[in-house]
Amino acid sequence: MLIAVILGFIFAILVSFFSRFFKKAIPFVYSLLPLSLFIFFLQFLGEIKSKGHILFHYQWIPSLGIDLSFRLDGLSLLFALMITGIGALVFIYTTYYLKGHKYLDRFYGYLSMFMASMLGVVLSDNLMSMFIFWELTSISSYFLIGFNNEDPASRKSALTALSITGFGGLVMLSGIILLQAVGGSYSFTELLNSSEIIKNSTSYGWIIALFFVGAFTKSAQFPFHFWLPGAMKAPTPVSTYLHSATMVKAGIYLLARFTPLLGDTFWWNSTLITVGAVTMVYAAIHSVLRVDLKSILAYSTISALGILVFLIGIGTEKALLAAGIFILAHALYKAALFLITGIIDHETGSRDVTKLAGLQQVMMPVAVAGFIAALSSAGVPLLLGFISKEVMYEATLQFGNWAIILTALAVLTKILLLVAGFWAGIKPFTGALPEEFKKAKLPSPLLWVPPLLLGIMSLGFGAFPSLIGQTLIQPVFSSISGTDTVIQLKLWHGFNLVLILSIFTLVSGGALYWFLKPSKEIFQKTLRFESISPQNIIESGSKIFASFAGIWTRFFQNGYLRNYVITILAFLTLLMAYRLFGGVNIYVDWEQISPVSHYEIIVVVLMIISILFAISTNSRSVSIVALGVVGFANCLFFLFYSAPDLAMTQFSIDTLTVLLFMLVLVKLPKNKQYSSKGIKVRDAVLSLMFGTLIAILTLEVFEEPSSYEVSKYFADNAYLLAKGRNVVNVILVDYRGFDTMIETVVLVIAAVGVYSLIKLDLNPSKKDL
Amino acid sequence: MKSLIFKTASTYLLPLLLLFSIFILLRGHYLPGGGFVGGLMAAIAFLIHSFAFGLKETQKIIKINPGYLMPIGLFFAVGAAMAPYFIGAPILKGLWFEEPFRFIGMVGSALFFDIGVYLVVIGATLTIMFSLTDTV
Repeated sequence: MLIAVILGFIFAILVSFFSRFFKKAIPFVYSLLPLSLFIFFLQFLGEIKSKGHILFHYQWIPSLGIDLSFRLDGLSLLFALMITGIGALVFIYTTYYLKGHKYLDRFYGYLSMFMASMLGVVLSDNLMSMFIFWELTSISSYFLIGFNNEDPASRKSALTALSITGFGGLVMLSGIILLQAVGGSYSFTELLNSSEIIKNSTSYGWIIALFFVGAFTKSAQFPFHFWLPGAMKAPTPVSTYLHSATMVKAGIYLLARFTPLLGDTFWWNSTLITVGAVTMVYAAIHSVLRVDLKSILAYSTISALGILVFLIGIGTEKALLAAGIFILAHALYKAALFLITGIIDHETGSRDVTKLAGLQQVMMPVAVAGFIAALSSAGVPLLLGFISKEVMYEATLQFGNWAIILTALAVLTKILLLVAGFWAGIKPFTGALPEEFKKAKLPSPLLWVPPLLLGIMSLGFGAFPSLIGQTLIQPVFSSISGTDTVIQLKLWHGFNLVLILSIFTLVSGGALYWFLKPSKEIFQKTLRFESISPQNIIESGSKIFASFAGIWTRFFQNGYLRNYVITILAFLTLLMAYRLFGGVNIYVDWEQISPVSHYEIIVVVLMIISILFAISTNSRSVSIVALGVVGFANCLFFLFYSAPDLAMTQFSIDTLTVLLFMLVLVKLPKNKQYSSKGIKVRDAVLSLMFGTLIAILTLEVFEEPSSYEVSKYFADNAYLLAKGRNVVNVILVDYRGFDTMIETVVLVIAAVGVYSLIKLDLNPSKKDL
Repeated sequence: MKSLIFKTASTYLLPLLLLFSIFILLRGHYLPGGGFVGGLMAAIAFLIHSFAFGLKETQKIIKINPGYLMPIGLFFAVGAAMAPYFIGAPILKGLWFEEPFRFIGMVGSALFFDIGVYLVVIGATLTIMFSLTDTV
């Protein structure tokens, strides 16, 4: 199982090595990856049906409770099959769609990476590893949205998507940590047992709020929805794969996954119903105001995601069942619609729904796929969309006092989505073929077979729901609801209120499609409200934040070393002064102090003289040398107190520092103006205070009882264990060898940093000198 | 600096200091010294030489770009740390040759580790120094 998940990452890494030699072969080889994984996951259908769930356990960081454990149950299996199945179709589709693109190999690398991270999200049992995979999907989506990296708009959309979903991911991380603190484990399976404890804890509200932000950002719920239409800048296969079928459903997955653990409380249900309802209606209205095919599909996807959140929020068994079916139905028809849009775009060069018409004359198979997808999205009988719609209406009708309002909202959304679906799947193919598209022709089967296959599945599963009823939907339902209720999927539910609502939806949707023509004028009118859209509000908020960060940085990081030193010293002084304010505990036992020898006095006098010299001189080199003398005098003290190693090192360092200073300072022009009196006084006061505080601190240290255990152990065992007589060196290379190793790495990093900072020349005018 | 005395002295100082730095490096396990101090001393030796003759001359003597010393040193240090791993012992465990070597004494993985530190320190210091002097 572990291999199945990380295989995509391995493939992604391999791209960079192999693309040089097998550039042509990469698309075809890589298309085999999702296909074989799809078959791999299909094998588990029977086992999941009988056992419920299977756990795979791999240790990773056991000391932190973070493992790579995977849980395969109905829900994760459904997602895994969608990810690999639709993935396989998209991979194949892309071989032709982006044929001859300069970075096609790279594209497959990103796609494999995305697929692997998405599998990781849905299969992880450990919440920490799920979070890591979750963020990996955001990152790979960033690469894929910005794939046309020469286009500034695409880069901007990629960044927006990354910041929104990345922000949500971080919020979710705090939710995960809080959940672990309350529930005592990162493992979802273990947490399930303490569901009641979590729901009754005081942090419950925080936990669900944090998880909601994560899920809503990822699944583009209002008011975070705007990154999704922007993400349509990506090549169409990406939109199909990430932004309709899989990644945006990660948030839905999260909510569905946590329903048995956190769900069925007042706040859970009411928040999800509200957000879901607002999103589905808002986005459905938007979708029929657009004229660009991909925008229409983007908004209808947001609306569909809203429906899913809404259904999970309702939380009854019927509603959860409806959500389970709708996840599959939506993935099948929406992916098909996106792929078809890609074909139209590829062949005609236009995505303008007001212009496109009559294409069935030139590309019949594509038109068939489009019809099926549009009808499934409308919920016409015999298609999977119909069943999901029926169950959904049943669910809303059973919801107590609010049944009428919720049903009305659902019906309204469905009507609008029907129109949007028809525009995308039927409108481009019917009517008379305009002159400008006469040249379009049927593309390679590599393009039109995938959407047709999806259509056939919609039709097959819709006409014969028993195909998936027990094998797939039942386990999905059990894992979302956490109950064992046996479900029945039927095509014919009898003549009842639900069927009447269904017929009403179809009729009024059809009528609306007939009368409402997509037009640019209406779209233009909506732009007036742009200034109060969530996108604008959040973007201007982030602009304010950026300018605040600019002011802050310019104030503190002003580039003057002396100011940095002053800030650091002043802060430390304040901090220590605050601590000492509470009382100082100094006691000096004059009896115990060792006698002061005359050479110690000489060295101290030497130090004082050179310090006075350093601060009074006007020459840079003199003050540097004077400071060097202070350092050497320090070394003498180390020697007096028998630390020859320390003295030696300090001596070399001091020499080196003075020499390096000299190298630079000698070449500088002479000081013309010196610090003003005020600055001198300020510096003197600060340094005196800092020095006094350090002195107090040093004296205070004596009050702490010192422990010699460690040093005694080191000294006793230096020769026995490490065959060395110099304890200091043995500590460096043996006892604490790992420290030293890392420190050498730090040294290298510092040297490289200095080198690149000095060699980096951002000022082009200097190059001429 | 054009002082003749300084120039003459530094010609002799360079090899002496370098030898001394190696001496310090080797004796580190038993007496005060070690890779870090040794490396610093070697760097000082080159620094003094560049004071007397200028950066170009020093670079000529070193021949290779001192930056290369850093990865080589890291290789030594990490290699010495990882070596026990390949014979099944925990990493960083001290390994020793049975018999002492002439002049050097007992040789073990700790010495190679120290040589790594020595090279990294020389490399890093000289890289910083050369890039500083290059610009002014």
